[in-house]
Amino acid sequence: MITETKSTDPKQTIFPAVNCACAENRHQSTASSADSSSGGGSTLAAYNHGRLCKGTALLRKLEINVAEAEKRTGKNTVNMQETYTVYLIEIRPAETEGGTPAAPDTLWRRYSEFELLRTYLLVTYPYIIIPPLPEKRAEFVWHKLSADNLDPDFVERRRVGLENFLLRVASHPVLSNDKIFFLFLTEHFFVYFAVLKSLSAMFRVKNPDKRFTALKQYSDELNSVISQLLRIRARVADRLYGVYKVHGNYGRVFSEWSAIEKEMGDGLQSAGHHMDTYAASIDDILEEEEHFADQLKEYLFYTDAVRSVCRKHELIQYELEMAAQDLAQKKQQKEELATGTVRIFSLKGMTSKLFGQESPEQKESRLAALEQSIQEGEETVKEKNTECQEFVRAAWDDIEHFKEQKDKDLREALISYAIMQISMCKKVWTFILVCILCMYINS
Amino acid sequence: MMAQTDPTSDSNTNLFYHLRKNHVKEKVNLRLKDSTPGTRRPAENTAHRSSFLRFTDFTQKAQNTSLPDGSPLPNSPSSMVNQYRLEDDDEGKEDANTKDIFVTVDHPESQVTAIETFILYRVVTRTTRSDFDSSEYEVRRRYQDFVWLRSKLEEKHPTLIVHPLPEKFVMKGMVERFNDDFIETRRRALHRFLNKISEHPILSYSQHFQVFLTAQDLAPHRKQGPGFLSRMGETVRAVANSVRGLRSRPEEFAVMQEYVDDFSNKMCCMDKVSQRIIKEQREYVDDLKQYSPTYARWGELEEELTEPLKGVASCVVQCSKEAEEHIQHLSEVLVPALHEYVLCAETLKAVMRRRDNIQAEFEAKNEALLTRKAEQEALQEEVDVLADRMEQANNSLKGDWVRWQHSMKTDLRSAFISAAEKNVEYYEKCLAVWESFLVSQRAEAGGGQEDVA
Repeated sequence: MITETKSTDPKQTIFPAVNCACAENRHQSTASSADSSSGGGSTLAAYNHGRLCKGTALLRKLEINVAEAEKRTGKNTVNMQETYTVYLIEIRPAETEGGTPAAPDTLWRRYSEFELLRTYLLVTYPYIIIPPLPEKRAEFVWHKLSADNLDPDFVERRRVGLENFLLRVASHPVLSNDKIFFLFLTEHFFVYFAVLKSLSAMFRVKNPDKRFTALKQYSDELNSVISQLLRIRARVADRLYGVYKVHGNYGRVFSEWSAIEKEMGDGLQSAGHHMDTYAASIDDILEEEEHFADQLKEYLFYTDAVRSVCRKHELIQYELEMAAQDLAQKKQQKEELATGTVRIFSLKGMTSKLFGQESPEQKESRLAALEQSIQEGEETVKEKNTECQEFVRAAWDDIEHFKEQKDKDLREALISYAIMQISMCKKVWTFILVCILCMYINS
Repeated sequence: MMAQTDPTSDSNTNLFYHLRKNHVKEKVNLRLKDSTPGTRRPAENTAHRSSFLRFTDFTQKAQNTSLPDGSPLPNSPSSMVNQYRLEDDDEGKEDANTKDIFVTVDHPESQVTAIETFILYRVVTRTTRSDFDSSEYEVRRRYQDFVWLRSKLEEKHPTLIVHPLPEKFVMKGMVERFNDDFIETRRRALHRFLNKISEHPILSYSQHFQVFLTAQDLAPHRKQGPGFLSRMGETVRAVANSVRGLRSRPEEFAVMQEYVDDFSNKMCCMDKVSQRIIKEQREYVDDLKQYSPTYARWGELEEELTEPLKGVASCVVQCSKEAEEHIQHLSEVLVPALHEYVLCAETLKAVMRRRDNIQAEFEAKNEALLTRKAEQEALQEEVDVLADRMEQANNSLKGDWVRWQHSMKTDLRSAFISAAEKNVEYYEKCLAVWESFLVSQRAEAGGGQEDVA
């Protein structure tokens, strides 16, 4: 009559298990986030961790967590009271065989400190695509979510995003070795130092590297596409929310109606109850979708980081071109001085025409100075050239790495989105089925 | 007893879920508190049945993987529903076997004359009844003809519940009178009307009904019968009586009146809620559709990701189509059914009023009999007639009431079930769409993905 099906644990279908020796045990038996019905099957944290853990030296030594969030009040830089949120960073030595899990080292950091760390990384490793931070302010909200930074849901999602950021940095082959990053994780007083902002001035590059131009364009378009997806998502979430909530009205009317009916009453009342449950289920559904949105957002912010690298390349290229142009001009001048022809307008040239030729001694000394300048210029060009080539090589290395990571991550995100849709369908039609049964049985 | 949302929890967001669960529970509990006491049935009556379907049992046992009675979730929910429906249909078949008259309304055609334009519907009758000369009839009728028929039936049987007609042209929504959807909706309602009459044990044998179904030209028949003036007289009498007021309504009719008022309220609510749901779902689908061009655009940007992105875009397109179909079904099946019963409620109110008037007339004459000493004999006769009339009216109503209640339950139940089934079908189809996407991705990856049950 009714066929047997494999039972599906929704958790497993949403977050496929990814094996990672360092994290697995901890995440499956975590005490702090106890849920008795979870027993087995991965959670978001384990999935993330496994996904990111590429076995860098740092991650072989340490486990990193952003475990909690708390509200604090205090005086800010202009001596005014403000409320802000701090996040608890937990560092544990990675589990060794047969060892008992050690107590974690912990310290509290607020969002602005994460920002400082990231800016430091941006400047120190300009050729690397630095992982993004979660949103500073709630963007792309649908009406249910408030735009309030202290809203517990926002704080929670930010906590997850911050942990993600730390894990990404810790699993990057270059960034994970940075001393300042290590201090950020372990030292209570983070060293505040002045950080240079990258130039945002407009400048023209004559011979841009085509690959970077293409990359920048791709990055801009990706930014635009993801933004649009997130906007649509917010609207669709709003609408779907409305649909479910109106079904809640059904629930109420069914129940009231059941009170006046003699025969149908039981069926109507049961159906009414389940209607209510159906209406309430939208919260969970949208919450699961939130995870996908967060994954998209991460890559939205990544596009900013990519753009930074492209701009840095443009800057270096520009400096190289300026140096080369400067050198060319000086060589030209030397030639003119030597042959006595004036092809390029120069004040010196004009004055000598007006006030008569220089003496041979003056000419000699000027030639010598120019010769010196040209030498220096050639050195500069050589340096800039090297710098540029180095940058391109190193950057492109990281870019390839980023592309691979992006393709893999987003593909997985799309798959887990599909899995979530399936799970949602099953969940929902269960409710409806039960309502139908009520109707049939109680007639 | 209120349901808990199933926590597909993941440890990191546990704090958050804790908050969210409480938040939902609170909202739902608030609603319970708001409803007036007595609008919910006492727990004792529902205990033995609701325990079967209590949601808390459900979550504790099954975690979304099986039904309340413990049986596992079927792969195809539709098949499960069909199973129940078959059992149910067996009951209905009995009635079908005893039916001896079948009426259909179809082929609406526009008719243009010098004065006006109107729609003519074809009415086909097939019957084995002996009081019909032939076994098959085909006639053309317009809306006005239906109105005539109904008013004749109500006149002859003031306390029988005559199914309502679809409304006259309503300005709401700026629907054109000759808009296809409007005509189709009306045709369906007229079809239902005639079928309801033909299923009625008394009304289906009405002379007027037979004439309506058989006469090629209805016009001569429409001119007969009590004219406008006599109808006016009746109305005046009715008003006069109602001014005097009823002495007292018999208990059973007082209960009936209360029910009718409540029922009317509930139906209006239902109607409104259903229409609102359709509106919200339409808006949802409109926004949902915007996903696919965006995903497609993204697919064009990428290389490795092009294929899954285009896959997702196509999934969204298919799901939107299914959603639109679902909405279409709701507006064709559920909304008209609910609306019909909104109109039924009005009919019931009118029937109750007429019954009250009959009683009032009797009481008035009876009073006259008691107070006026002269003309005793004449008055007594009149009182007797009215008493008979009242008793007949009451009995008719009582009998028809039971029949109507049963019919109402069947109709509404089947409308809701049909809507719910279509809903399930919609989710089944969406599920299939996403599953085929997953399969294609797994094929791409060559078994690198996790196994999904």
